[in-house]
Amino acid sequence: MPRRPDAFDERAARSRLRSRMIALVLACLTLMTLDHHPGPGSPLEPARDAMGSVFGPVESGTSSAIRPVTAIGNWFTTRRRMQDDIAELQSENSRLKAQQATSQYQRNQLAEYQGLTSAADTLRQALVPAHVVAYGPAQSFSRTVTIDAGSAAGVAPDQTVLNDDGLVGRVLRVTRTTATVLLIVDTESVVGGRVGASMKVGFLTGRGGLGDHGTLELQLVDQAAAPAEGDTVVTWGSKDGAPYVSGVPIGRVTAVYASLRESSQRAVISPYVDFGALDLVGVVVPSGTHSDRGLIEADGTLR
Amino acid sequence: MTSLRVGVAGALVVVALVLQVAVFPHVAWEGVVPDFCLLVVVAAALVRGPEFAAALGFFAGLMLDLAPPADHVAGRWALALVVVGYVAGLMRQDTRTPATTVVATVAASSFVGTSVYALSGIVLGEPVGSFGDLTRVILVALLWDVLLTPLVLPGVMRLLARLEPASAR
Repeated sequence: MPRRPDAFDERAARSRLRSRMIALVLACLTLMTLDHHPGPGSPLEPARDAMGSVFGPVESGTSSAIRPVTAIGNWFTTRRRMQDDIAELQSENSRLKAQQATSQYQRNQLAEYQGLTSAADTLRQALVPAHVVAYGPAQSFSRTVTIDAGSAAGVAPDQTVLNDDGLVGRVLRVTRTTATVLLIVDTESVVGGRVGASMKVGFLTGRGGLGDHGTLELQLVDQAAAPAEGDTVVTWGSKDGAPYVSGVPIGRVTAVYASLRESSQRAVISPYVDFGALDLVGVVVPSGTHSDRGLIEADGTLR
Repeated sequence: MTSLRVGVAGALVVVALVLQVAVFPHVAWEGVVPDFCLLVVVAAALVRGPEFAAALGFFAGLMLDLAPPADHVAGRWALALVVVGYVAGLMRQDTRTPATTVVATVAASSFVGTSVYALSGIVLGEPVGSFGDLTRVILVALLWDVLLTPLVLPGVMRLLARLEPASAR
């Protein structure tokens, strides 16, 4: 005969709950301690790799299934933004309207690929084309995305990621089919930059920021120099092009202010890339890399 | 039966995670997406109580911490969702949970979850953005979660309740 639960059972259940909660919280704290410095040295990196190889294909699949739907949304936001300076863009607008009548989505994609091809041509670098398939939520306070090209496509950590507007970020880690990219607007991202007008070099740090309002902060190495508003900033480049190749446009100076404490000039850079609507990007790879997909070579040809 | 229950809960978390990182960013407000994983944990808490929900929260949080494109210290979402599972589990009632309780629990859980995550970031010295951004993210996430509650919670709760062992009812 089943016994009715009595006070003793209840107390036992409560102490079991308490010990389980303590165990779970301790497990979380252990994880945080083990992973205190995320990156290649972390003991949790194999687990990240494994999760990446399982979730990467799922994210790619989901993203390609919904891409035709989301492309409609992109087109509408593009149009809304154009209406701000309608006089200047009237001709372009009518062209877009004509495109809507035809196959809007394929045309947009073609234009994007053409943009990427010309970017490869200008920079004299080979690019692996890839789509952004997953975004880190703003709740996580870091700006990272997943792209659908991995080691099988020739992508490796510390390679530059760009699109036809400019610099997007760098590759943090790769699995066979996907890669995680740190966007340049993340607060942990630092890029060496060069002001186009004065050739002065400096460092650009991400300022976080939500949505497409991400901005960067530029501090010049030569503290006496001040960039002017409207100056363009391009990447300075590092040895062997890792993590950033040189000459990729980053953004435009929108404000300059003096930091009294450090007696230096700082500038706010508005990036050329719209981080709220990332889709097709290119990863800079050494020319002649073996890849499982078409590679855009330095002379703009597809291989 | 137990393995089926664990399997279904796990599958729900995986679907939630994919929705959260691959589908909803396209309609996100400034990058803030609904916390589907948190909604699944709250549903489990309201149906099965704190013990099961805290364990599921740990699993869901671990997925959020490790699946790409996450790049923060692992264990932060796990801790946040364990706390959410426990707190929401305390709201469980033996009779059918009224809709207002469900919405209130989701709202409180969303606030607690995002806050615990942000606080762990401050303790570990990870970037969490300015105070203004922080409050905005917490409030928008709360709004998203409450908006999606009527669409997600009833179905998930019914599914989990159907799999509950008869002795626990």
